[in-house]
Amino acid sequence: MSILEVKKLTLRFGGLTAVSNLSFAVEENSIMSLIGPNGAGKTSAFNCLTGFYKGSEGEILFKGQSIFKQKPHKITKQGMARTFQNLRLFKDMTVLENVMSGMHSRTSAGVFGAILRLPSQIHEEQKIRQVSEECLEFVGILDKKDRLARNLAYGDQRRVEWARALATQPQLLLLDEPAAGLNQDEKEQLVSLIRRIRDDLGITVLLIEHDMGLVMKVSEKIVVIDYGQKIAEGTATEVKNNPKVIEAYLGKEDEE
Amino acid sequence: MGNSVGLIDRLKENLGGKKTRGVALAILFAVVALLPLFANNYIEEVMTNTFFYIVLALGLNIVIGYAGLVDLGYAAFFAVGAYTTGIFMKMGLDFWFTIPISIVFCIIAGIIIGGPTLRLRSDYLAIVTLGFGEITRIVARNLKITGGASGLVGIERPTIFGHKLYQITDFYYTFFILVILAIIIAMRLHNSRLGRAWQYIREDEDAAEAMGIDPVKTKLYAYMIGAAFGGVAGAFFAVKMTAISPETFAFTQSAMILLAVILGGMGKIPGAILGAVFLVFFPEIFREIGQTRMLVFGILLVIIMVFRPQGLWPQRKS
Repeated sequence: MSILEVKKLTLRFGGLTAVSNLSFAVEENSIMSLIGPNGAGKTSAFNCLTGFYKGSEGEILFKGQSIFKQKPHKITKQGMARTFQNLRLFKDMTVLENVMSGMHSRTSAGVFGAILRLPSQIHEEQKIRQVSEECLEFVGILDKKDRLARNLAYGDQRRVEWARALATQPQLLLLDEPAAGLNQDEKEQLVSLIRRIRDDLGITVLLIEHDMGLVMKVSEKIVVIDYGQKIAEGTATEVKNNPKVIEAYLGKEDEE
Repeated sequence: MGNSVGLIDRLKENLGGKKTRGVALAILFAVVALLPLFANNYIEEVMTNTFFYIVLALGLNIVIGYAGLVDLGYAAFFAVGAYTTGIFMKMGLDFWFTIPISIVFCIIAGIIIGGPTLRLRSDYLAIVTLGFGEITRIVARNLKITGGASGLVGIERPTIFGHKLYQITDFYYTFFILVILAIIIAMRLHNSRLGRAWQYIREDEDAAEAMGIDPVKTKLYAYMIGAAFGGVAGAFFAVKMTAISPETFAFTQSAMILLAVILGGMGKIPGAILGAVFLVFFPEIFREIGQTRMLVFGILLVIIMVFRPQGLWPQRKS
């Protein structure tokens, strides 16, 4: 069964069509990648899925329900989490506080709970803390939970982002270029982390990536887009040998 | 200024330990609580006035400091609270029953102003709130029920457990209790799910939204709670003064409260308190030099803002 279905998604900025007639589906419990050359419309498509851009036409179904043109926070609440390409941490807050933000949509304490310190609120706070610490443990930086996010090394800041997204307890996790800026060693760890997210937590993963090595290694299905359109779809080997993909990445061979 | 700022830092460092801080707070509490036994009416009056501004500053701090929203018309909420209490008491309602009504009216005012404007960028928000503050004052001046330009006079003093609050010492303690309540509420809100949501939105609205936080709703809560603080302060202001007029709620009033928050350091409870204390004490201490004191005051503010833009109270460190 597909957890996410994108049907004929089109996104226009004035006269420019960033995404055009894009259709694909993400199977439940799979690891899928969306790839394409620079400026192919990957991030635009991604932003439509997560509600940050409002698509012009088409339909997006998440767990069978339309999330087209919905607000980002509602989409997150329904179980789709995202990370950002360029880190968007709450820099002046601690690592733990950053991750605790993910639990916001899974909890409910309001004004009176906060002022009166009701038992239900205290219990909820403990739960938020506990889940957040589990998420930090999962990505391997629990020991840095009390540091300010801005003082962490880049690789660790990335981990905070992943932990934060995991704390929203999603069914589908969208990673926007998670390998950007990571060294070889960290990329290896990322591959195993993505696998663990799927295998241990049962979360479906959709990633947008530049790093071909990583994509080929981890994804079960790949969708290639160029100029906002889908040009190929299939397994790593299928995509690798597809002439259209080679053309998009390397250019057409000159005719002699 | 650099020296005294360093002094505050050092003081904070020395008071850093939980135990020493607890002792310092206890001493401060005792001094403030026992002050009326030694002080004259003038000092009590100034202190009561300070308490009043502390409550307002703590309320505005929720809007500006916690949620990062600009509000140049905060006096409007304080006006709504004062007038609501004044009008209902004139109609014969007991003071204590008018407080919840004032709070509700202020929250409604907060929703009216916040609902449509919180989608705006902060500079527009500044203009809209400024306009709202002025509109409230002008409406109060032209309505019959608010007593027009002369305002409401002869608002009755409240009684509690058969004791009528009328001496300055009575109000001193009333406002002191209000300050303590305001501090507790502000602290608890800050360390709550909602308090964190405000901070997330202030730091990065997009990321906060991606985490499932509804920015408009969360900001509106800040407005509503800030308004409620203003409402309570306004209600007590009305019975303390027994008379209120539209000019009490002029823009300078909003500016004063805003100044207290920014001067003390946005988002910090001790900062808001310090800012309010400074703002009330300064003109009183330099009363002898007459009008010149406002000039000195202005210059001093500029100097503080240049050398310590984050406010008097030091930042939390990692």
